[in-house]
This record gives sequence, C-alpha cells and structure tokens, in this order.
Amino acid sequence: MEENLFVITDQPIHVEEVTKKVESRNAGAITVFIGTVRELTKGKKTLHLEYQAYPSMAIKMFQQIAKEIKEKWPEAHIAITHRTGRLEISDIAVVIAVSSPHRKIAYEANEYAIDRIKQIVPIWKKEFWEDGTAWIGDQLENVPYPSGKPVVKGGEKHD
Amino acid sequence: MIKILLFAQLQEEVGQSQVTMDTSEATVQQVKVWLEKQYTLTSLQQTMAAVNEEFATDDTIVTSGDTVAFIPPISGG
Repeated sequence: MEENLFVITDQPIHVEEVTKKVESRNAGAITVFIGTVRELTKGKKTLHLEYQAYPSMAIKMFQQIAKEIKEKWPEAHIAITHRTGRLEISDIAVVIAVSSPHRKIAYEANEYAIDRIKQIVPIWKKEFWEDGTAWIGDQLENVPYPSGKPVVKGGEKHD
Repeated sequence: MIKILLFAQLQEEVGQSQVTMDTSEATVQQVKVWLEKQYTLTSLQQTMAAVNEEFATDDTIVTSGDTVAFIPPISGG
C-alpha cells in the first residue's frame, strides 16, 4: 500500500515530506508548487485566512486529478497536500509535487494540477480583511463554470 | 432520510454544517427547494451539488441514506 499521496490537514505543511512522496530513481525532475497566503489582493489587505474543506470528497477529487494526469503524462507522479483552518500571511496553503523523467512534463503536469484544484476540489477560502470578511467564490475570483458545474471528467483544456 | 452537508457561506447562513431531510426519495432540485424554504436561503441555486461525493445535476435522484453536499463556488489552492 502506497503512503498517502493526497492529504487534507489542519497542520502546517512540510514541503519536503510532500516532495519525498514522488521521489523516484527514474525521475529527472521534480517540480514543487507552493501556494502561500498573500497579504494584498487588488490593494486590499488580508489579515489572515481560513480554509474549509469537504475532506472525503476533496481527496477523491485529488485522485481524479491524478488520474487525468496519468492519462496525459503517463510518466508523471503527483502528491498533493492542502491545509485547512486558520492561516497567517506567508503560510503554506497547498503543496503540489510532481516528478517525471523530464523537466517539461513535471512543469506542465504541476500547473495542470493547480488549475484543476481550483475547478473541482471542494475547498473554500474565507478572507479576513481589515474591513470585513468574505467567502471567496467565482463572483470575486472570476472562476465561472460555464456549464453550471465543474468539468469533472478529464479537463479538456490544455495546451 | 437524506443527509445534507453545508459549507462556507451556506453553512453560516444555515448555522449548521449538516441537516437532514425526512424523505425517502427526491431530486437534487427538490432538496434545494426544501432547504431554501426551511432556512430562507437565496444563493442556493448558484451552488453545485454532490451526491455521495460525486458531482450531480439538479435531476439526480437522491434516496434515503444518501448524502447530498451543496458546494458553493470553490476557492482552494
């Protein structure tokens, strides 16, 4: 049985732990994406954030993303950890590690993964600003779903 | 009985993370209408639904023992 490649945790994320999960003797490259909490969004100052998840479904959606990646880039291996709960500025919210024999695939698959996370994984961000709070959704972050729901089967958009 | 999970702003509006609907069968749309009436919600029509952790449509049939989750626009990453 493999170790858990896909994790939702309310504890700080250790980048190296996630990276280690995709290490392989056949890897010539590992790309690591680290999503962090930024202070300014369109001039508005964030004090801190809260992430909430639907953990069991989120893990299933991470697995779905991994399956899509396997179809597109059979040699790529991926691990994802996303944090929930209260996060401060500069804290790590998500880490995605992808290994592959060659660099280009590792970069491409990694970017694909974060794009798909933002489309299909049930995780929500609540912003705590100086002057109020808001749950961030498509109305603020401009991520509409043209079909009314996310494209779950193999995101077809990719160059 | 159908279990309904609520997240983000919906959870705050309802004041609970889960509620139950006492019915043996309904469509997702019917569950939405029921929930809207129970809690005077306004934003439910823009949310997605998942039945037993799979994205579903308004026509999807939910039966007793199923879990319906209402998924507001997501913003992970």
